[in-house]
Amino acid sequence: MNLIAQIEAEQIAALGKTIPDFKAGDTVRVGYKVTEGTRSRVQAYEGVCIARKGGATIAASFTVRKISFGEGVERVFPLYSTNIDSIEVVRRGRVRRAKLYYLRARRGKSARIAEDTAYKAKAE
Amino acid sequence: MRSGVIAKKLGMTRLFLEDGKQVPVTVLQLDNLQVVAQRTAEKDGYTAVQLGTGTAKAKRTTAAMRGHFATAKVEPKRKIAEFRVTPDCLIGVGEEITADHYFAGQFVDVAGTSIGKGFAGAMKRHNFGGLRASHGVSVSHRSHGSTGQCQDPGKVFKGKKMAGHLGAVRTTTQNLQVVRTDSDRGLIMIKGAVPGSKGGWVTVKDAVKKPLPGTVIMPAALRSAAAAAWFADDSDPDRGSHAPLRRDAVPRPS
Repeated sequence: MNLIAQIEAEQIAALGKTIPDFKAGDTVRVGYKVTEGTRSRVQAYEGVCIARKGGATIAASFTVRKISFGEGVERVFPLYSTNIDSIEVVRRGRVRRAKLYYLRARRGKSARIAEDTAYKAKAE
Repeated sequence: MRSGVIAKKLGMTRLFLEDGKQVPVTVLQLDNLQVVAQRTAEKDGYTAVQLGTGTAKAKRTTAAMRGHFATAKVEPKRKIAEFRVTPDCLIGVGEEITADHYFAGQFVDVAGTSIGKGFAGAMKRHNFGGLRASHGVSVSHRSHGSTGQCQDPGKVFKGKKMAGHLGAVRTTTQNLQVVRTDSDRGLIMIKGAVPGSKGGWVTVKDAVKKPLPGTVIMPAALRSAAAAAWFADDSDPDRGSHAPLRRDAVPRPS
């Protein structure tokens, strides 16, 4: 492990975040800290995770897509951001791609993802 | 004016702060940074310290340089650089400088050799706008356009910005902020980018365009001084975790 990877691993450990096991296709609810003036609150953003990037680095991020008032909205969250309060997996999806960018071109029925009923948690 | 340091650029990463901010940082490493020689006013007409860093194989070091290192009683160094200092900031030959030389929040200037880009066009090299995408422009969308006037003066002026070799020159980035230091491993984290590629050597100096903070260590943060302080401090129960011993730099009894 080179020194940069080591520094990143140390920082990830120091941040002490519990990241649930999720991948592209899963529906997640992200609690994101929002500061309005002096008051801060947690805003929930729920949608389908369509991509995870960055692997085991501290720069890792994930993209969540949802349809809001008929308009597709995508948000990219840094996985280890201190602004993320919680990540919660709502539904496991069964997909055959790591990146679900094809969902952008689809709407309605064809944009559905089958639920992975036989989901097995990764052995730790 | 105190000495700077020679450091190796390890690469970039980011730090997440408690308030949700992300800070992009470049990680620099001090690797056996020692004083190899002094330049004094009597002998050389100016005062400076010559620092050496890294480790070089003795058999791949020229005989002349081996002699130079032997005089200073230091291991052969990979990279050598001189830093002008005021006479009161001269450091003894053989002293090792640690990453505590800088503190978080301080501003520094970092100089290094920028990444070579080869022969680059005017758009990349001088930020020219290029020509239009349409309206009759063919083939030359990225050209520089006109280079001057007509028969009078009848020549292209010297220094005209044109295509040519870009990068691989010494560049200084001023007023970069130190975010964090780690003297155990000799790391300095600096906000933003510094010139050069990963594994390249850079020099770090106190920023010339900012007032020098009074909290900096004069003349330099030395491992011998840190070790002496550690030996003097009997109250420290946690001696094993202290910086000087980590890199087996127990001061030699003089």
